Amino acid sequence: MTIEDIEKEIIDEFDLFGEDWEAKYEHLIDLGKSLPLINPEYKTEENIIKGCQSRVWLFSELINDKMIYTADADAIITKGMVAVLIRVLSNQKPEDIIKAKLEFIDVIGLKEHLSPTRANGLVSMITKMKTDALAFIK
Amino acid sequence: MIDQNNIREQFPILNQKVNGYNLIYFDNGATSQKPISVIERISDYYKHSNSNIHRGVHSLSRHATDLFEKSRHTIASYFNINNPQQFIFTGGTTDSINMVAQGLAKNYFKPGDEIILSTYEHHSNILPWQLWAQENGGKLKIIPLNNDQTLDYNSLPNLITKKTKLIAVTHVSNTLGLISDIEKIKTEATKHNIPVLVDGAQSAPHMAIDLKKLDVDFFVCSAHKMYGPTGIGLLYLSEKWLNHLALSKTGGGIIKSVSFEKTEYVEGALKFEPGTPHIAGAVAFGEAINFINRISIEKIFEIENELVQYAQEKLNELPEIMMYGKNTHKAGVISFNVKNQHPFDVGTLLDKYGIAVRTGHHCTQPLMQHLNIQGTVRISFAVYNTKNEIDFFIEKLKKVITMLS
Ligand SMILES: Cc1ncc(COP(=O)(O)O)c(C=O)c1O
Repeated sequence: MTIEDIEKEIIDEFDLFGEDWEAKYEHLIDLGKSLPLINPEYKTEENIIKGCQSRVWLFSELINDKMIYTADADAIITKGMVAVLIRVLSNQKPEDIIKAKLEFIDVIGLKEHLSPTRANGLVSMITKMKTDALAFIK
Repeated sequence: MIDQNNIREQFPILNQKVNGYNLIYFDNGATSQKPISVIERISDYYKHSNSNIHRGVHSLSRHATDLFEKSRHTIASYFNINNPQQFIFTGGTTDSINMVAQGLAKNYFKPGDEIILSTYEHHSNILPWQLWAQENGGKLKIIPLNNDQTLDYNSLPNLITKKTKLIAVTHVSNTLGLISDIEKIKTEATKHNIPVLVDGAQSAPHMAIDLKKLDVDFFVCSAHKMYGPTGIGLLYLSEKWLNHLALSKTGGGIIKSVSFEKTEYVEGALKFEPGTPHIAGAVAFGEAINFINRISIEKIFEIENELVQYAQEKLNELPEIMMYGKNTHKAGVISFNVKNQHPFDVGTLLDKYGIAVRTGHHCTQPLMQHLNIQGTVRISFAVYNTKNEIDFFIEKLKKVITMLS
């Protein structure tokens, strides 16, 4: 599936909850549990994405021309957001990743997590995923 | 009898919905909301009185100068000091502390000197001293905490040496709400002739402060945490330091005469207020003090203390809650965590219910390191908060705990 396909899939998934934000967040928390966890070996100070409050660890590698991301976070909601991002961007080509607009975040009503004041490292997370991808483009 | 509705009506911002719920503002430790009298004071100032101060011969300038200096008077009597000149208008607590640190660095600290701080300190009362210490081979010594998270005053005699040049402590911990016993610190300091600086950012909004009685050398606070505007605060200097603190900034409006070789400065507070100050802010700060005086700070403490006791009682009923510094004397602030949950998650979900709390380290990372935690959820009250709001908060907190577990 392309990045847009997966975005569409996630939008449909969240659409089911309509305006019920509690259900939406419960779903997000559940998604966090499916996060492809970073190998503990890589859960180092170096791989922490500096957000103000919640810590996020990210590891990126290129396997068969595709980016594979694994991660962890110490706050559950952040973990959910990270899981969603990884579902969209992992296993995609670096060229496609750097072009991704990720508009679905706005559509599913989680845009507030992208405001810089949210201080949960998510903006930096996306930046890091993209710069890591960029580094693998020859 | 104080009518709570009457108080709330004076704060237009409280009358709004956030995420579909009535706003509950429990982040007063970060900044308080402003009553209509303060808001209108600012706009009235610009509508009717705006002019530069201490310079013009014209009527409007005299009027603005009068308002500015009247505010200084109001503030001085609020803190029970006869000489208003001892109160310098600054940009806020952080600015005030930096002015003291830079001033003392010029003609008082010697390389290798020591400064005593407490474990509670806000970064604003650490970094200016740390910067000086790093540049001058100085040393910071820290008053540790007892098991109940109160300050260990008994450690003071051991911390003080011949090189101790200042004790700088917070009056109320912005993270825990615990009140420091300044008298005890002052007594020990006086024995060794060591000046004391009190960071009153979190005490001035909540409790009566008699600076004559407290008798410290420096006291600092911010208007924006006391129903006043942002960008304005105070540096109180004892009579001695008013004459001795070296200037850290200089410029127009504070001189008797200037030639390129030599400058003769004015006396008093003005000397420390070069350039055009935040006149509207200073005037509105006085209006904020008027607001406090109409209720009385003693009554405000009583109202907030009742809220703190009530909230602590309710929080204690929840087995999932860990409270910090829970059994002691507090001013307006409660810090807690939900066991096994990140404060960020708790704060994010409470916000969805229109409840504004603060989460994180609250600019007190050394205290977090001492408590061995990443952060806390902090609720902090002002005079307009109510028990009904606490009930709603507790109800939603229970919901949040279920969602997260
Ligand atoms: C104890 C304490 N000191 C200093 C400050 C800094 O105040 P300001 O940001 O107004 O300079 C704060 C504000 O958060 C505080 O709580």
